[in-house]
Amino acid sequence: MALVEIRNIHKNFGTLEVLKGIDFSVDEGEVVCLIGRSGSGKSTMLRCINLLEIPDSGEIRVFGENILENRDVNSYRAKVGMCFQQFNLFTNMNVLENCVRPQIKVLKRTRKEAEKKALQLLAKVGMLDFSRASVNTLSGGQKQRVAIARALCMDPKLMLFDEPTSALDPEMVQEVLNVMRELAAEGLTMIIVTHEMRFAREVSDRIVFVDDGIIVEDDKPEVIFTRPKSPRTAEFLRAFM
Amino acid sequence: MFISNILKIFRTYGTSLLLGVRTTLLVAITGTLAGLVIGLIVGGIRAIRLDFTASNASRITKKIVDGILNVYIGIFRGTPMMVQALFIYYLLLDLIHWTYLQAAIVVISINTGAYMAEIIRSGIQSVDEGQREAARALGMSNSQTMMEVILPQAIKNAFPAVGNEFIVNIKDSSVLMIISITELMFQAKSIAGSTFLFTETYFIEAVIYFILTTIASIVLNAIERHMDNGNVSLPMSDTNPASMNLAYHQTGKAGK
Repeated sequence: MALVEIRNIHKNFGTLEVLKGIDFSVDEGEVVCLIGRSGSGKSTMLRCINLLEIPDSGEIRVFGENILENRDVNSYRAKVGMCFQQFNLFTNMNVLENCVRPQIKVLKRTRKEAEKKALQLLAKVGMLDFSRASVNTLSGGQKQRVAIARALCMDPKLMLFDEPTSALDPEMVQEVLNVMRELAAEGLTMIIVTHEMRFAREVSDRIVFVDDGIIVEDDKPEVIFTRPKSPRTAEFLRAFM
Repeated sequence: MFISNILKIFRTYGTSLLLGVRTTLLVAITGTLAGLVIGLIVGGIRAIRLDFTASNASRITKKIVDGILNVYIGIFRGTPMMVQALFIYYLLLDLIHWTYLQAAIVVISINTGAYMAEIIRSGIQSVDEGQREAARALGMSNSQTMMEVILPQAIKNAFPAVGNEFIVNIKDSSVLMIISITELMFQAKSIAGSTFLFTETYFIEAVIYFILTTIASIVLNAIERHMDNGNVSLPMSDTNPASMNLAYHQTGKAGK
């Protein structure tokens, strides 16, 4: 059964129609990359999945539930990890607290459990040595790795990445992508909005090309990158390669 | 002549001036702190943005509460504190039989609260929207997001303006002499009345106010610097080992 199933969602911002009927699904353990131009609607689509945006119409089923009818949004969101382009680490807390506080507040874990979990995941992303550092002292790549650890602390069943490397200097992109590769290899279900085509090709089970608010093409990476069916996909990729 | 008169006033009335300073500080400090608490609550409530998870009942409640808070802020910012003091003191006198000092502290607190509410609200608005989104995406509720993430940052951002309110209160508590609290202005006025040394007495008063506000700004600046110490910023791309060490040292021991 599909873990995420989106049926015919539409979303307008004022008079601008951003999503024009999206149908999309992701199975458990799949890694799916959303690619497309800026403004094509891929971020909005991702943000609909954890209800940071509410579609105007359509249906979104995640973990078998219709999340648009779900009233307990907070416990739903806790099961869906999200990483942002701008990292959005809490600047009033140090690295460890960023990972610990949400666990205590949302999952009602004890501080001891939460710290154990946090240190374990900070070690996993290679940020253990920085656990007491203030987030403002970190580089972009380090911030994003902490943000990933923070999301993983909640034991998400699904991870959403919204252009996780777009705000990074080129030399820091790989350190973040390496962490994501590792997660993909572990079988975590991930939906990634990215402009890193080589990474997308290497890591995804499927690639979805979004253009002008609709899904133009949804296929295996080899197909998308070597023999795309739609001329729009081909044109987009030519500009990128 | 001027100098010797000043010394004479000090010798004779030093104690009453000091008592005046004590009352002024008492009113200004409690008024600012209580005002800050009021401001945090009012500003926090006004900054809550209900999302689609909110029920219709809470939507309506929020509208009504917002309306009441707007009226409160409008009235207390839009009328002189002197008038507020007189009106509220006499309004409640028969009901609760309070002292001048109690009334003064209540009035200055409510008055400061109205300004603080706006200061806190703008502090909240200055917090990056991404902070709220990240907290919500982790599953935090509206109020958890506010208490854990937004307000601590908002208070830090708003601290200079909050400190400014304290300095304003040291000076503006002088208008509360209208309800006969024995703060600095009241004392000076009675000293001047009994000595007829008007210039000298008010000169002394001005100097004392100036000293008080100067000390207050020094203390406030020190607190502000202390708050910034936890945040040593390095350029984003600065990841060489030397600057990492610097970061460790400046932020306390990080791991090994």
